[in-house]
Amino acid sequence: MPFKIIASQCTGCSACETQCPNFAISERAGVFLIDPEKCTECAAYFDEPQCVAVCPVDNTCVLDTALPRHQEPA
Amino acid sequence: MSTSAQHQVSCGGGEISETMQVMAKHKSCGTVGGSGKASCGSQAGIGNVPNEVWEKVKNHPCYSEEAHHHYARMHVAVAPACNIQCNYCNRKYDCANESRPGIVSEKLTPEQAAKKVLAVASAIPQMSVVGVAGPGDPLANPDKTFKTFELVNKLAPDLKLCLSTNGLALADHVDTIARLKVDHVTITINMIDPDIGAKIYPWIFYRHKRYTGIEAASILSNRQLQGLEMLTARGILCKVNSVMIPGINDQHLVEVNKAVKSRGAFLHNVMPLISSPEHGTVFGLSGQRGPTAQEVTALQDSCEREMNMMRHCRQCRADAVGLLGEDRGAEFTMEKIMAMDIKYDEQARKEDQAKVEKARIAKLAAKQEQVAGLASASSEIKVLVAVATKGSGLINQHFGHAKEFQIYELSTSGAKFVGHRPIHPYCQGGDGEDSKLEIAIGAINDCHAVFVSKIGGCPKAELIKAGIEPVDQYAYEFIDGSAIAWFKLYLDKVNEGKIKHIERVDPAARRNALISAA
Repeated sequence: MPFKIIASQCTGCSACETQCPNFAISERAGVFLIDPEKCTECAAYFDEPQCVAVCPVDNTCVLDTALPRHQEPA
Repeated sequence: MSTSAQHQVSCGGGEISETMQVMAKHKSCGTVGGSGKASCGSQAGIGNVPNEVWEKVKNHPCYSEEAHHHYARMHVAVAPACNIQCNYCNRKYDCANESRPGIVSEKLTPEQAAKKVLAVASAIPQMSVVGVAGPGDPLANPDKTFKTFELVNKLAPDLKLCLSTNGLALADHVDTIARLKVDHVTITINMIDPDIGAKIYPWIFYRHKRYTGIEAASILSNRQLQGLEMLTARGILCKVNSVMIPGINDQHLVEVNKAVKSRGAFLHNVMPLISSPEHGTVFGLSGQRGPTAQEVTALQDSCEREMNMMRHCRQCRADAVGLLGEDRGAEFTMEKIMAMDIKYDEQARKEDQAKVEKARIAKLAAKQEQVAGLASASSEIKVLVAVATKGSGLINQHFGHAKEFQIYELSTSGAKFVGHRPIHPYCQGGDGEDSKLEIAIGAINDCHAVFVSKIGGCPKAELIKAGIEPVDQYAYEFIDGSAIAWFKLYLDKVNEGKIKHIERVDPAARRNALISAA
């Protein structure tokens, strides 16, 4: 399950964009989006997902339960 | 600590401009100084300030009280991201009618920011300083912030650069700050005690990890003080901003003041917490109140024994444009800038600024003349007066049009700027004229007089009823000189027994005064 950003809560501050180790985050129409193809939940990089840790609005970067969890290649 | 030692630094040596010579002659530091006090303060023009420091502050409206009447600044909002959360900040909120830090209407790229700087500098020749102050933290957006500074250095090298940061990332960027000739840095330091910090900062994001509570506050505090030390070691002027939060850090700010002074901060700016439920901040929603103007003044007074205090801060927006206290941001939206024909003429700006310097000299001369007239008077009386002004150090605002009053303390040693009082607080609309007058009178209720360029009959009568003398005979004259002239007449009337001097202290406002904390 990659992370997704709840657009209605996004302030457009861009803090997540520069922290993402996968360059999965980009701006569209003033708010930010996570590319589910690129998101690895920060596995292999950091202990906690960076977008969640830096986001100024709680519960705005959340796991997208519609998609399967990210698997690190063996 | 001793208050007898005055740190004397000669202004001699090197080339001194005509302005500086005249100002050096006219300005002095007053008689009260703390030992090791870095200079005679934000109040002073030159006096005891070393040449190199004076060169940095003389046209920076935030670092010199005297300069703020004449020079304008602009903030460019290129830094939206932040690396900490403060309980007085809610980044979602934007209101064009509101002025407070962290607020902007339009985010800019560095290239757009550079274009805006040229547009404003061409339209407002006395605009002398470009700052990055957010709306997030400049150093949480280092690429955008430094790219902006590089562009401004290239396109308009006569402009001074400054930035305002929470200090968490500061130590990582000190070399770049020095390389790009950013010679003024403001750090917001609200505490040096992590227990207090935990009540102000719910979390920080540091080295790829979110920290909370006392651990977060402890890291933040260490990093802030480390950054301050590194900057002052490189000769970069540092101002420390502290948000005064009653019941949380108000008493503690005296300790903060000592800590930042000992690390070489040039100026300390105690600002009142701006707190209201509609801002949606943690403090706003929890009902945490901001301090009264009088409480802020009392704390500033108790810290002033230690170091220079800034009294003229207007807590401006992260995209403010113009003199402190005015905001011309709406004239310079990107849409309007794109339609402008911008011609940046450094020579024309120099000529305009030379006119400003002439006005400053005239103002100082007028003040000096009046102070000399006071020399024979001896009295313990001190009074506060309010002034309606649009800038340039003149009494040039109509009472009814004033959005704020500047407050001066008058005594036989002269006129001292001690603060400003906003009349229309944030986002208040729809109030009738009556309540606006009430707010205005309430804001200056501890003043003996209010100086205006003009005033209507009704407010005049209401002011007199409240015991505040409306003074319009000094319209369009210099504030300092006029206030001292008025004060001299006031003392004469008291001495001749024509009037009785009554102290005007608002007991409710002074209830929580912090003088005892010093």
